[in-house]
Amino acid sequence: MLIVLLAIFFPFFMAFFVPFLYKRIQSKHIGWFVLLVPILLFILLASFVPAVAGGAHFTYTVHWIDSLGINFTTNLDGLSMIFGLLITGVGSLVILYSIYYLSEREALGRFYVYLLMFMGAMLGVVFSDNVMVLYVFWELTSISSFLLIAFWYHRKQSRYGAKKSMLITVTGGVAMLAGFLMLHALTGTFSLREMVGGIGSLDKTDPLFYMAMILILLGAFTKSAQFPFHIWLPDAMEAPTPVSAYLHSATMVKAGIYLVARFTPIFGGEAIWFYTVTCVGIFTLFWGSFNAVRQTDLKALLAYSTISQLGLIMSLLGIGSMAVSDSSGSNLLIFTAATFAGLFHLINHSTFKGALFMVVGIVDHELGTRDIRRLGGLMSFMPLTFTVALIGSFSMAGLPPFNGFLSKEMFFEAVVQLSQLDLVSNGALRVLIPVVAWIASVFTFIYSMIIVFKTFLGMPKSDRVDKEAHEPPIGMLIAPFVLSFLVVGIFIFPNLIGRFLLTPAMVAVFPMHRDLKGLVPHISAWHGVNPQLLMTVGVIVVGSLMYVSYKRWKRVYGIGPLRWNLDAVYNFFLLKTENGSNTLTTRYMTGYLRDYFVYIFSFFIAVAIGGLFWIGSLEIDLSKDAAVTVNEYIIIAVMMLAGLSILVAKSRKTAILLNGVLGYSIAILFVVLRAPDLALTQIVVETVTTVLFLLCFYFLPEWKREDTKRTTKLVNGFIAIAVGSIVTILALMVQGNKLFTSISFYFEDAYRLAGGKNIVNTILGDFRAFDTMLEVVVLLIAGIGVFSLIKLKAKKGEKDIGN
Amino acid sequence: MEINDVILKTVTRIVVFIILTFGIELFLSGHHEPGGGFIGGLVLSSAFVLLYLVHDIETVHNGIPFDFKKIAALGAFLAVGSGIVSVLFGTDFLGQGSRVFDLPIFGETEISSVIVFEAGVALTVVGVVVTIILSISEDV
Repeated sequence: MLIVLLAIFFPFFMAFFVPFLYKRIQSKHIGWFVLLVPILLFILLASFVPAVAGGAHFTYTVHWIDSLGINFTTNLDGLSMIFGLLITGVGSLVILYSIYYLSEREALGRFYVYLLMFMGAMLGVVFSDNVMVLYVFWELTSISSFLLIAFWYHRKQSRYGAKKSMLITVTGGVAMLAGFLMLHALTGTFSLREMVGGIGSLDKTDPLFYMAMILILLGAFTKSAQFPFHIWLPDAMEAPTPVSAYLHSATMVKAGIYLVARFTPIFGGEAIWFYTVTCVGIFTLFWGSFNAVRQTDLKALLAYSTISQLGLIMSLLGIGSMAVSDSSGSNLLIFTAATFAGLFHLINHSTFKGALFMVVGIVDHELGTRDIRRLGGLMSFMPLTFTVALIGSFSMAGLPPFNGFLSKEMFFEAVVQLSQLDLVSNGALRVLIPVVAWIASVFTFIYSMIIVFKTFLGMPKSDRVDKEAHEPPIGMLIAPFVLSFLVVGIFIFPNLIGRFLLTPAMVAVFPMHRDLKGLVPHISAWHGVNPQLLMTVGVIVVGSLMYVSYKRWKRVYGIGPLRWNLDAVYNFFLLKTENGSNTLTTRYMTGYLRDYFVYIFSFFIAVAIGGLFWIGSLEIDLSKDAAVTVNEYIIIAVMMLAGLSILVAKSRKTAILLNGVLGYSIAILFVVLRAPDLALTQIVVETVTTVLFLLCFYFLPEWKREDTKRTTKLVNGFIAIAVGSIVTILALMVQGNKLFTSISFYFEDAYRLAGGKNIVNTILGDFRAFDTMLEVVVLLIAGIGVFSLIKLKAKKGEKDIGN
Repeated sequence: MEINDVILKTVTRIVVFIILTFGIELFLSGHHEPGGGFIGGLVLSSAFVLLYLVHDIETVHNGIPFDFKKIAALGAFLAVGSGIVSVLFGTDFLGQGSRVFDLPIFGETEISSVIVFEAGVALTVVGVVVTIILSISEDV
């Protein structure tokens, strides 16, 4: 299926054209052009839904680095299908919304390039089968989201939020990479499908297995903003609202969920995995919802609510992971139902949270503020926006007739049934999980009500806002309306999603269970009077009471440990490391070239001497060397003479010319030793560098004897002699010690293999062409470096642009 | 800087063409004889450097109106791009092939795809060396 591969690169490809197009048209219409990308991709993916629902999966491999087992393999199965549809579907709506949201004065070209880059990277994450490729795309989402969050980079808070999100998610990503490498060491493959396929023969008692598990979870938790890594998400709200709606409701934060679901067949069934994912998820659910209530900024409130909802999904995946090891009838049903609920809530969350973000964006756009304390009574001015807000919030609170109700019920069912199993050995935990889940749901209910009622009901506070409240342009309402239709639509026909999207995804998560038909639950809105319904009723009753009496108990947030702030810890560490590295760097970066030479040569001496001791043999075997002729003696004598006279040269010009003598003598030596290629290169290089030297020399300060300290002189002398001796010794040792077999035989049949009689060139152009290619690129980078250092240096008196 | 050195200027006028010819000769003969992209590029750039030394930058720029930064970029692009082309033909990245052609004047000539790669190397070397020397000398 080449088409999936093309789908990943399509956004990147289009992103390439956006700047050129934007230059030409300079208007908002660029958004319409960009909008085509996700719509086309969505239609393309949707056309595969029936096939995937029928149990098919599509893979396509582009061979890349075969020798390392790193190939570009795409994999379209049920799980990646859900995410692919969310990325492209919500992506289309977000871009449509952004066309109306962003004003023409913004740097729209830049914005859409980042957005397309992000979309491509996300598609790459969910469709990659090779973990190395997945990792590359994973970090690319971090980078592109960094650019998106810092879109308004002139604001300090935007830069802070972007940096925070990048530091945390990239740190997690690197941990994840280490985990992938460990898994590779265990399984011998980078392919996810092969890992899952060979899971039976895997030694699960290996400590590496658990290390890999924890490291990969670290990647997932940082990306999905799980406690205690959740602190980046509220700060990331500095991004433009369409970005928040996209990154923080539908895509980036869900990458962690995807990762956990994807690795469930490998790690699922392990107790550590079950406890970590479930407990972290449940606690994040509680902590997020608890903190959301006290927020006064609507977007911050939504950020905390996203954190808590992601925790909910995570905990469901944690519970469901036990289905991997458990194969006995009734328990299995409970576990698979949990995973099913998790995936279901994933979709539901994207719909209602996306709609809510857009509503908040509309309020912000029309009134110029998102502060709840300044809002109120908007219902009569913005009835359409209010409707969307109502649907989204009630769905989030888990009320019928909205899709959030269905998945919330299934969540309650999962935690209730989990507490009745013997599986959870710890008695306290067995009670704690449903209780915490219920409390968190109460808070969820409260903050959902805050969004609707505090903003849209009550008295209008028009004296506190700068603008007159009115409905936004109709284009801005299309996207949230589509999402709220989905919220209601999914409630009415949940089993359609169950059959076409969730069941194939379950096949991908649990490939070991052949007969999944009996394991997929039927979603029903009315499921009788059972514990979970009673819990919901309790949530509504207690939640309403607490909402009304909020003023009386909000002092809770001032109590010691609850006020305790992870952001402060982050800031503290950031400040410390920044200051620390600053002090350290200014100490050794003196700006004097001679100091840097001291570092470089000292390092060289340390490594060479250390290496010699490590090898332990200092054999010098001169017997195989060719005899030295008179010619060579003469050249060497000239070279030594030239070298020594540099030391005592009185002027810089003399020194440079003497250096040239040295260089040309080496070229002559090459001629004598019958290496014409080297001689030629040496002559030309020497010529060009001498010219360069003479050019630079024009700008150098007066040549004068420097009064250096005696100790410095001694140290420099020691370094010079040591480097010289070491190089000489190494050169002499080369003949005597052969640690590896010679590679020269490999080039003996150069003419037959590469068709070239010049062996040097066939090595450069054919055998080691990869090295040469990179050298060329390095050369180019060096050239650009020199050019920009000289041409673009700050004007005198101009302040350095730094932090 | 204005140098009014008649002998140098006269000699240069001839020598530059010899150097340029030599550079191209080195580049083309690289496959079987000493030479190749790197050394060819270096010789070519030394000819340019000589021109810049003898005449001033303005004059040379009027005669050779190239942006050497772009030449360097083009070179790197050719070197990397020639590798990618071979992938499209189904061989490994940077895989090369050659064929013998019967050309009217040159007779039996072997043309290898590696020449594109070598040309990339040569162009990068020329571009980078001249760029560096120009930027340093212009920076007064």
